[in-house]
Amino acid sequence: MASWLKSPASETQVTHGQRLWLYVFAVITMILLVLPTLIVIPMSFSDSQYLEFPPDTWSTRWYDNFFGSEEWMQAARTSLQTAVLTMLVATPVGIAAAYGLHTSNVPFVRMAFVMMLTPMMVPLVLVAIGAFYAYVQLNILYTVTGLVLAHTVLALPLVVIVSGSALKGYDMSQEQAARSLGAPRWIAFFTVTLPQIRFAVVTSALLAFLTSFDEVVVAMFISGGDNPTLTRNMFNALRDQIDPTIAAISTLMIFVTTVMMILAQIFGQQNKP
Amino acid sequence: MAPARARHHTPGDHTLTTQATEALPISISNITKTYGPVNALDDVSLEVKSGEFLTLLGPSGSGKTTLLMVLAGFTRPDCGSLKFGDDEVIRKPPHLRDVGMTFQSYALFPHMTVAGNVGYPLRLRKVPKSEIAERVEGALETVQLGGYGDRRIDQLSGGQKQRVAVARAIVFEPRILLMDEPLSALDKKLRDQMQIELRHLHEQLGMTTVYVTHDQREALTMSDRIAVVNHGRIMQLSTPRDLYERPANRFVADFIGESTFLAVNRAGTDVRYGETPLRYSGDVPDTPDLQLMIRPERVLLSDTGPVEGANNFPATASDVVYQGDSFLLHARLQDGQQIVMRGAVRGDRATSLPEPGDQVTLTMAPEDTVLIDGREV
Amino acid sequence: MATTALRPNEAGLRTDGRLERLRLFGLSSPAMLLILIILVIPVGWLFYVSFIGANGEFSLENYERMIKRKSYMRIFITTFQVSVLTTGLCILIGYPLAYFMSQLPNRLANICLITVLLPFWTSLLVRTYAWLVLLQKQGLVNQWAMNLGLWDEPLKIVHNMTGTLIGMVHIMLPFLILPVYGAMKAIDRDYLKAASNLGANPRTAFWTVFFPLTTPGLFAGALMVFILCLGFFVTPAVLGGGKVIMVSMKIVSNIELFVNWGAASAMGVVLLIMTLVILWIASRFLRLDQITSGGH
Repeated sequence: MASWLKSPASETQVTHGQRLWLYVFAVITMILLVLPTLIVIPMSFSDSQYLEFPPDTWSTRWYDNFFGSEEWMQAARTSLQTAVLTMLVATPVGIAAAYGLHTSNVPFVRMAFVMMLTPMMVPLVLVAIGAFYAYVQLNILYTVTGLVLAHTVLALPLVVIVSGSALKGYDMSQEQAARSLGAPRWIAFFTVTLPQIRFAVVTSALLAFLTSFDEVVVAMFISGGDNPTLTRNMFNALRDQIDPTIAAISTLMIFVTTVMMILAQIFGQQNKP
Repeated sequence: MAPARARHHTPGDHTLTTQATEALPISISNITKTYGPVNALDDVSLEVKSGEFLTLLGPSGSGKTTLLMVLAGFTRPDCGSLKFGDDEVIRKPPHLRDVGMTFQSYALFPHMTVAGNVGYPLRLRKVPKSEIAERVEGALETVQLGGYGDRRIDQLSGGQKQRVAVARAIVFEPRILLMDEPLSALDKKLRDQMQIELRHLHEQLGMTTVYVTHDQREALTMSDRIAVVNHGRIMQLSTPRDLYERPANRFVADFIGESTFLAVNRAGTDVRYGETPLRYSGDVPDTPDLQLMIRPERVLLSDTGPVEGANNFPATASDVVYQGDSFLLHARLQDGQQIVMRGAVRGDRATSLPEPGDQVTLTMAPEDTVLIDGREV
Repeated sequence: MATTALRPNEAGLRTDGRLERLRLFGLSSPAMLLILIILVIPVGWLFYVSFIGANGEFSLENYERMIKRKSYMRIFITTFQVSVLTTGLCILIGYPLAYFMSQLPNRLANICLITVLLPFWTSLLVRTYAWLVLLQKQGLVNQWAMNLGLWDEPLKIVHNMTGTLIGMVHIMLPFLILPVYGAMKAIDRDYLKAASNLGANPRTAFWTVFFPLTTPGLFAGALMVFILCLGFFVTPAVLGGGKVIMVSMKIVSNIELFVNWGAASAMGVVLLIMTLVILWIASRFLRLDQITSGGH
């Protein structure tokens, strides 16, 4: 142990011992980064009305509360539905946009690209109240359609950035080869390019899903009535009183996120022939 | 797509052959392509004969690759006409041109096997499955990769990848083949070998081939004719021999082979180097900047002083470089100009090369003395 | 005419080129249309509304209110405070952590990266909620700190600025760490060897060679954090306990409680302009794609 402390840790011959403070600091920070997220899980199994850790008695009453409540179930349905639909809409629309901008050399490509990024640059709360007003006019307030459209707009920059960067690193001469062999552009794209940016496609889809599933602010304004989202209801519950059911819902949300990420890993693997 | 064509087999042999009469001539007329202020192709016209192996040779940025891309349909020129045989194809998209093409990076699809890659154009043309397998194997055998169908692309060496790329480009029996610097990524030995193989392939299949390279030795080895390209224009279009022996201008003379150039002048009907009239062969180009092209291997080192009937250049040796099989002699002429001479190391030479400072006599036979237009093009 | 004969197919080729470019650009039209309808037009309308006064006519009163009323100024100041403090804390905590990760062998570094990214993928609301629970009077932090003897009375570390900052820093750290880490990984180790060889001690080598090379990534990360903090809503709303009021929260309450579109949109416009100005200043130093890819 002592010899390890004296051994050099870097090109500049700083020793591990001199860096011990950094190691301790880093480990503590990483624990603090992960801890809060993980803490909700055991808490959700606590029997007590007051959020306590470690739980005195274990029970699943908060889960029963959640699954038994029609209101919460409706919200969960809405959230999942919206997230899946957002993923299904935003991914192809975003990839098409990224491909179009990557391959066309119209002079206003840069401008169009910046426009794609505007949802990231405009403060979320502004998007939310703007959409609220627009939806009242268009009569799609409190609908899943409205939610999907708004969430798609929020997810698009991520999809465009991720797939755009994958396209940038991709050798377009492969698509050219396919075209020289007789494939029109769209066939060349689907049979040659798409399989090779697979990882980016799946990541984009995952990002789109999560953007929608976790979204709070816009949902606060445009979801409600028959179609409140899970996050909207959670937020309202948080403001009113600290209901431990939220711990259960949080755990379930973590679970959903983890499942989606595992699926992304599986589908995102570049397949070998 | 491609019309069905009779395929010729010798019984038991699955390799491809195409009758030379099926190959198409290419007619390129007035192709211009500008990128802003830059003239990538400047009113280029060129006729490629049916079944010919024509090389576009030039330095980077000369426009040779641009011209190939115009032939393939990936670069749209500002104007011009392009005919494959009798068909005007200039406005046809790449996937309808039915030309085989290989890319500098091979562009093999990594997510498919070798057979998957080679079979791709056949699948696009809706060839029945059983026939695909047979034709794929035939193409692979033609490039000496028979049986490699199940390999993955990342398992192949550079040379093998190159062959798969060729197999993929010829499996659907196109009548025109385009090749974009296919050998530039290979090491020297492999490159030399592949040059011969590609040449044999061309003779076997007979398709019209347009080949792009910056390597002049490669061009000289493989081509029926060479078009030397620079600044978007064709500097000279000739057979390798004519190109080497009778370059049309300084650029071509410089690009092909190694040469030094001597300024010479006209006096009446004579051409003189300094005060000495030259004995030369070929024409005198009509130019204010007349130069004598000196190929190092055409200059001889005389052991006995000036040679009767030849052009003699008394000089002082400035540098002698022994290179094993040959030696280089840099010599300074009386008026200060430099010549480079290359000679074989044999017999006496092996032990007695000239020393820097020696007075030497360099001679050139009249048949080897060529005059060129020295102006910048 | 001789000239047209020498430029065959010119018109046709030009049309082909135009059509192809249009078709490709058209692939991005669904995306642009969506963004136009859901984002650009409504925000444009909000811009317009911000100039409409209570009487329904053109007026600057919404903007004047922000300057005149002390409460509004305080909100802007608070927002800036929180943003600056959060960004600063993220740099102080995130930079060393990123440095630590960059010095690890690949395997360990990847594990650490997952640790950093894990909260990133978890819902914002869940994380905020977790801190709410942890920081309460009877929460874990107070319990453990008192057990360890750090303090005697449970501290009020939530429903105030402290709680807000803790939550914000936790949320924002990955946004800083990723670009900084990326920049650090990209530094050729040979630079440090050269510095050592030329006579620099480890500290000098770090500050004169390593650190300057990481500044683009640091700048990109800090910028992203700052902009996110400016417009942030959820975490301050939950952890601030009503005492930390940020611009976004005021906008929401203006709509939800007072239905005062004029005031809300004016504040929103100001927030937007601040964001754009900061981005513009940053673009003087960084290219746009550097910001989105983390400084490299």
